[in-house]
Amino acid sequence: MMNKKTKKGDVLLSIKGLKIQGFSDEKWHDIINGIDLTLHAGEVLGLIGESGAGKSTLGLAAMGYTQPGCRITAGEIIFDGVDLTKLTDGEKRKFWGNRMTYVAQSAAASFNPAHRLIVQTTASTIRAGIKDQASAYKDAQHLYSVLNLPDPKHIGERYPHQVSGGQLQRVMTAMAMSPRPDLLIFDEPTTALDVTTQVEVLASMRSIVEEFNTAAIYITHDLAVVAQMADVIKVLRYGNEVEEAPTRQMLNAPQQEYTKSLWSVRSLEKTQQEAEVSILSLQSIDAAYGLEKVLHDVSIEVPKGSTVAVVGESGSGKSTAARVITGLLPQMSGIVRFDGEDLPPTLSNRSKDQKRRIQMIYQMADTAMNPRQTVREIIGRPLEFYLGMRGSEQTKRIVELLEMIELDVSFTERLPGELSGGQKQRICIARALAAEPDFIICDEVTSALDQIVQEGILKLLLRLQEELGLTYLFITHDISTVKAIADQVVVMNQGEVVEQGLKTEVFSPPHPDYTELLLSSVPEMDPDWLSNLNKKEIRS
Amino acid sequence: MTQGKNTYSAAGEVGSVVEKRTFWTRAKIELSKSPWTARFGMLVIFIYAILAIFAPFFAPYGEAQVFPEPYAPWSSTYIFGTDQIGRDIFSRMIFGARNTVGIAVATTFLAFLIGGTLGLAAAINRSWLDQFLSRSVDVLMAIPSLIFALVLLSIFGSTVTNLILIIAVLDSTRVFRLTRAVALNVVVMDYVEAARLRGEGLGWIMRREILPNIMPPLIAEFGLRFCFVFLTIAALSFLGVGIQPPTADWGSMVRDNASLIMFAQYDLKAGLTPLLPAAAIALLTVAINFVVDWFLHKTSGLHDE
Repeated sequence: MMNKKTKKGDVLLSIKGLKIQGFSDEKWHDIINGIDLTLHAGEVLGLIGESGAGKSTLGLAAMGYTQPGCRITAGEIIFDGVDLTKLTDGEKRKFWGNRMTYVAQSAAASFNPAHRLIVQTTASTIRAGIKDQASAYKDAQHLYSVLNLPDPKHIGERYPHQVSGGQLQRVMTAMAMSPRPDLLIFDEPTTALDVTTQVEVLASMRSIVEEFNTAAIYITHDLAVVAQMADVIKVLRYGNEVEEAPTRQMLNAPQQEYTKSLWSVRSLEKTQQEAEVSILSLQSIDAAYGLEKVLHDVSIEVPKGSTVAVVGESGSGKSTAARVITGLLPQMSGIVRFDGEDLPPTLSNRSKDQKRRIQMIYQMADTAMNPRQTVREIIGRPLEFYLGMRGSEQTKRIVELLEMIELDVSFTERLPGELSGGQKQRICIARALAAEPDFIICDEVTSALDQIVQEGILKLLLRLQEELGLTYLFITHDISTVKAIADQVVVMNQGEVVEQGLKTEVFSPPHPDYTELLLSSVPEMDPDWLSNLNKKEIRS
Repeated sequence: MTQGKNTYSAAGEVGSVVEKRTFWTRAKIELSKSPWTARFGMLVIFIYAILAIFAPFFAPYGEAQVFPEPYAPWSSTYIFGTDQIGRDIFSRMIFGARNTVGIAVATTFLAFLIGGTLGLAAAINRSWLDQFLSRSVDVLMAIPSLIFALVLLSIFGSTVTNLILIIAVLDSTRVFRLTRAVALNVVVMDYVEAARLRGEGLGWIMRREILPNIMPPLIAEFGLRFCFVFLTIAALSFLGVGIQPPTADWGSMVRDNASLIMFAQYDLKAGLTPLLPAAAIALLTVAINFVVDWFLHKTSGLHDE
């Protein structure tokens, strides 16, 4: 029994003047202030914006759902002629998991680990009485094959922990497609995936939406991804609509300043500098966690005053290499040479000065700062510890450092919880600078940030490098970040260095296979990129 | 990037700045919202503390002052009567607050000092030290603590110092377990790694990086642990190996006058006498639990919804 009542081109969902408030700090705050949205059957709408723009809240509201602690204060949500705001939860439940379904950001956290995949895939379809169990299972296997999952006949018999993250995300898409909904909400479905996996998931999501002609709302902060998926793009900021236009028009001629600034972020590119004397060199490093060997004969040269980007997927050993350099993970064999001297493998054998000269900035600024210490304590400690600065001398230096990272004296007494994501990362940079280091390891420092904030941090790092002559080892999986900041690139895969050299050399053909795969997987700001890529793959 | 009101500035990013309040203003706000149970608990603890500190001012007679009138009934001279050798029970109850509660506080502090320090060290170190301490604690915990304390006190003698040391060591095992468990969640944070990379010593990492982040569960545990220590001391005194006469103590007071309960059918007041110190113990235990419940509710982020 198919319950599809809409034809292509009909208005499926229309939201008018929607206002949503959230409750925190004992007050109601506006999250969405009056947004209109129209979605036609079979159309894909991309919602983009920074974190806090209200895009997830809007996506859920399209299903008539609000998260606990939120309320709809005005407006209507009309889905196929019915105003969802006027229904009770019991009545809305007839739509949920039936005519409208949801794909969450983290598939791993959204599956019940105690049930087989196929049971979870078909649960809502069977409950709603759309299909009986046998035909629902058969259909699920068909969806698995459309989504390009390996062994579609039997993969459903597995448990969630037995498949990879990318596969799980596709199973979740199958789950959402199983009742053949009219509307599908994707909430950042590929954000947690590696680039090479992301491409596959994107391609299969797009093909399934096309095949069944489903309307979808695709929520993301990644412009290049939305360009592949959406027919229409809507830009949100602070709960307001900034701009809406068809994808091509939006990419070619954005109207608003804010949209233009979003678009310009990816154009940052560092002019490459030639290598000079090397400050750090890893020579045939082998390292292991317990019995599992994770680095195999890794040699990396880092020239003084330049930036070396280490790229690779998760599990490629790039963070492990950083741990060896810092001394947290002593190597099994090989040498770490820093500025002409061999560094002792263990941290406790290194001198205070050796520790001072190598500093580290972490991916998650949230966990890299003690939530109970003020900015003054966080930045002041390395000043006191390494340089013996106290009292007014220390205060003066803290203010200097804050100005260096484009913040001001008003931040000294704040706790980390009172800072935005970008400000937190800046304080971490200031803490590293306080030690007056020569060499800074940046471990995915921008990957948790919004695009505009990312650009600000990257510009800051470049400026500091110029002013202070710093050397960076920049660990990342994002190729556009590499273009923005690196002089040299090291490509790693499964604990080995695949390729290394100047940025221009690595990024121009001929490539080793893995580099080729990595580079071609990075989404471009071109709506035809994914289609072209698929065609290329079919030809080759 | 373009100029204008959309220009990006790092300082202009929206962070949720919390209004700066002193500790006392925050405490006042929290207190004004506290439930009646917590207020009752705090009031009781406050009264006990005042009585304990200023015992000689409140007590009509001395702690071990003997009158030639054993088992005197309740009267205006002896408010709760006298005991088997003629000491004023009301005075001894007030002094008992000082002795029983004071020793329990000292013991709990010592237990936290030992268990907390070792627990933090084990959580940070994670190697042979952790294994050694955890297994030793397992062994200690496998022996019923009241019986173990009885045995140890019989061997070493029932002095106040021995009592404090033995109960503190036995109770520090539970503090160790809790501290280690909550500290393990903090040790894996990047800021602890950053402190290690900086070259900070074990003491700094324990005191400045980890301890402030695990305080709420430890404070709650302190309250509960205090109750248990207090009950253990009272039980040991009741059994005769705890605080020794003539020092006034609630546990031994219950034992000394226990036989009076038989006379309840002739004189209800006489029957109530041995229950008074027991009631004092129970009231304090309940009061502390009320306060700890409220505190846990506040800090754990659970709310009535």
